[in-house]
Amino acid sequence: MLTVTLTINDDEQTHTIEPRTVLADLLRDQCGLTGTHLGCEHGACGACTLEVDGKATRSCVVLAAMCDGRSVRTIEGLRDDKIMQVLRRHFHQLHGVQCGFCTPGMLVMARDILRRHRKPSEKTIRHELSGQVCRCTGYANIVAAIGAAGVELDREASA
Amino acid sequence: MKSAPFDYIRAKGVAEAIAALRQENKSVSLLAGGQSLLVLLGLRLTPVDLLVDIGRIEELKTVSESATHVFLGAATTHAMIEDGAVPDPSRGLMPRVASAIAYRAIRNHGTIGGSVALADPAADWPACLMALDAQVVGRGPAGERRQAVTDFVQGMYTTTLEQGEIILGFDIPRLPADARFGVAKVTRKSGAFASSMAFVVERGKGVPARVILGATASHAQPMPAVAAYLSQHIEIDEAEVRAAIGADLDAVDPDADAYQRRNHTATVLRAIREARA
Repeated sequence: MLTVTLTINDDEQTHTIEPRTVLADLLRDQCGLTGTHLGCEHGACGACTLEVDGKATRSCVVLAAMCDGRSVRTIEGLRDDKIMQVLRRHFHQLHGVQCGFCTPGMLVMARDILRRHRKPSEKTIRHELSGQVCRCTGYANIVAAIGAAGVELDREASA
Repeated sequence: MKSAPFDYIRAKGVAEAIAALRQENKSVSLLAGGQSLLVLLGLRLTPVDLLVDIGRIEELKTVSESATHVFLGAATTHAMIEDGAVPDPSRGLMPRVASAIAYRAIRNHGTIGGSVALADPAADWPACLMALDAQVVGRGPAGERRQAVTDFVQGMYTTTLEQGEIILGFDIPRLPADARFGVAKVTRKSGAFASSMAFVVERGKGVPARVILGATASHAQPMPAVAAYLSQHIEIDEAEVRAAIGADLDAVDPDADAYQRRNHTATVLRAIREARA
């Protein structure tokens, strides 16, 4: 067993884990943070995407041990984030949600896209989002919601 | 998708990693970004007793540049190359390649050294570094050695890396201002592993063209007939280029079926058209 200390959503925590424990399992099973969803568990679907040290990360293909000393931010820790608030509103208004399973990963990745691309085009959004799988195939509304959030954030930044 | 149990240590330096790799009667693997290895472990395709995490070794993050070369440490991530966070010896070629590797969350962690060490047949960096005439710099119990990436990668998941050796980074010669290049890749969807990829790099007069085909059944390899044709012809004839491609495919991907040969032919032609546009 290993002992790791991570900052999870601004809270420094120490956990004892097996070396093979992936970050997503630590968060879900030991921290009760079940907003991070596990779909494929081999880096293909994007549902478990969260942030490690500010970078979008698939928490099923990173060991919790690799995150010792790092800062992790999950969907729960983005409740009051400015970009996330705008995104959530547009996901709601444009119905960017069907069953909701992919939504946490979609939102984390959408926020990452909006931080790297100012007012992204539909083409950019579709390329950047291509690693996030929605098995309901509800992509049209998700892409539209991210685009609308990008327009709103750009308008605010220019104001 | 849970890995079988393994032990884990975090190496503080290259020497510690080399020592850990030399343990007898143990399957030991280096862990860099983990974006391929942890998948292979989760699917239980690779047995491992000990993972040596090299992700925090500062020496592997070394980046340096001279008038003629850029050295990228093995731990340089695809995202750092994509974002221009490290010097680019390739006039935009490497950032473009990086931006089309898997997905951003993968690119944030996956490393150039890990990609070449694994030598997946469809990986982008082995083919790209071959096209750029890069050398791999490694260190092991016997000291440091350098080798052309073209010779380093020998087959599917097969390199000349010996037990106890670790990749330090890549020495990449800068492309001159008048260099021409093209790259083309066929994927079933964006970010998926390539069905075919081709690189064409022409450094200018007197330097033979480099034409590399990736995503073959074994590993990325030079296409000497196409390269020779390009080196000898300013005006190109598509029928003659197709004949040269066909001759090279017989050698570099002999078991390719008709569909795969068309894939390869298309990527090579696209890369040539871009280079010659």
